[in-house]
Amino acid sequence: MYAQLVKSEGSKTREEMTPEEIAFQDRIDRNEKIEPKEWMPEGYRKTLIRQIGQHAHSEIVGQLPEGNWITRAPTLERKAILLAKVQDEAGHGLYLYCAAETLGVSRDELLEALHSGKMKYSSIFNYPTLTWADMGAVGWLVDGAAIMNQVPLQRTSYGPYSRAMIRICKEESFHQRQGYDIMMKMCAGTPEQKAMAQDALNRFWYPALMMFGPSDKDSVHSAQSMAWKIKMNTNDELRQKFVDQTVPQAEYLGLTVPDPDLKWNEEKGGYDFSEPDWSEFFAVIAGNGPCNAERLGARVKAWEDGAWFRDGLMAHAAKASERARAARHAAE
Amino acid sequence: MSSEWPLWEIFIRGQHGLNHRHVGSLHAPDAEMAIRNARDVYTRRNEGVSIWVVRSNDITASSPSEKGPLYDPSNSKVYRHPTFYDIPDEVGHM
Ligand SMILES: [Fe+2]
Ligand SMILES: [Fe+2]
Repeated sequence: MYAQLVKSEGSKTREEMTPEEIAFQDRIDRNEKIEPKEWMPEGYRKTLIRQIGQHAHSEIVGQLPEGNWITRAPTLERKAILLAKVQDEAGHGLYLYCAAETLGVSRDELLEALHSGKMKYSSIFNYPTLTWADMGAVGWLVDGAAIMNQVPLQRTSYGPYSRAMIRICKEESFHQRQGYDIMMKMCAGTPEQKAMAQDALNRFWYPALMMFGPSDKDSVHSAQSMAWKIKMNTNDELRQKFVDQTVPQAEYLGLTVPDPDLKWNEEKGGYDFSEPDWSEFFAVIAGNGPCNAERLGARVKAWEDGAWFRDGLMAHAAKASERARAARHAAE
Repeated sequence: MSSEWPLWEIFIRGQHGLNHRHVGSLHAPDAEMAIRNARDVYTRRNEGVSIWVVRSNDITASSPSEKGPLYDPSNSKVYRHPTFYDIPDEVGHM
């Protein structure tokens, strides 16, 4: 989802495991949390760095499509709300970077991997936000899909990741609700405003479905991650839940989900729906979506333009602590 | 130059009368900035009335592999718990 294609390391049967690995798996099966300095298989550590890092990058890059509308929000109240929402996403990124750093990777290494394209972020943020209604669709659908994935991750086996997820989940429901609130206003407005809302749903529906990652039959890394409890549900399970939750919300708005094959299936107790175009998904992940270059460019520029400022504060801190030490010395 | 800002552990007193509790960490050039950043990162919704920041490097932690030897000695001392003693009902609440 926010981590869509996380390559998982190693996948061993119990017979192939060392005694240490067996003891570790048993702890996870007993729902014990694993904490930073404790022994863990190298594959667990590496997979988690990838997943948490990708998740953190998504929160940070995810500020860009919404930041695009802060200066053009229709009212002062909407502007304040959007600012608060985008600021929350910065916080989410920071909680997650810190969780990843407890696994022995540095912040600079993570950022370097993002900037060089070695690490990914969610495909969803490579789509443009063209109208104000997109702020509604993003909050409603994108944060809605994120919540679907993050709620079960509160129970993940790695302590710092689980605690970051708990904080994040507390803050997310405001995000989804402010988005739906925008959609309600637009849908109760002029025909043009309602058409904008419909257009936003049309453009974000399939990209939102892609957030859960490839179909289970093509998702090679799930089994080991699920055994380690760093992935709690399969991609298709979560996608189905998301569709079942979202369709009635679209109906309430009087909007049409852009899927002619969408149909309630009484037998399975859920909707049948069309899969997104997976070739588009893989193209976006590979860097060829509508906004990949713009998003990554904005991140790299912010990092490079901020270098003098980061260095300046460090130099100031070093001088201040040197002065304090000299003053202590003189007093002795 | 470009050296990474050091890491700080953040402790927040949620309400008057409670202990400070570890809430997470962040990077900052010095203690003052660490407190300012902690305000924005960890108390956006009134989660605190007081913030402590400590350089992560200055924390000494017990080692997880010592868990046994460190805590075992208290296992056998059941007499440290009030339930170890039988006080007759007639004595009343104690
Ligand atoms: Fe978020
Ligand atoms: Fe969010």
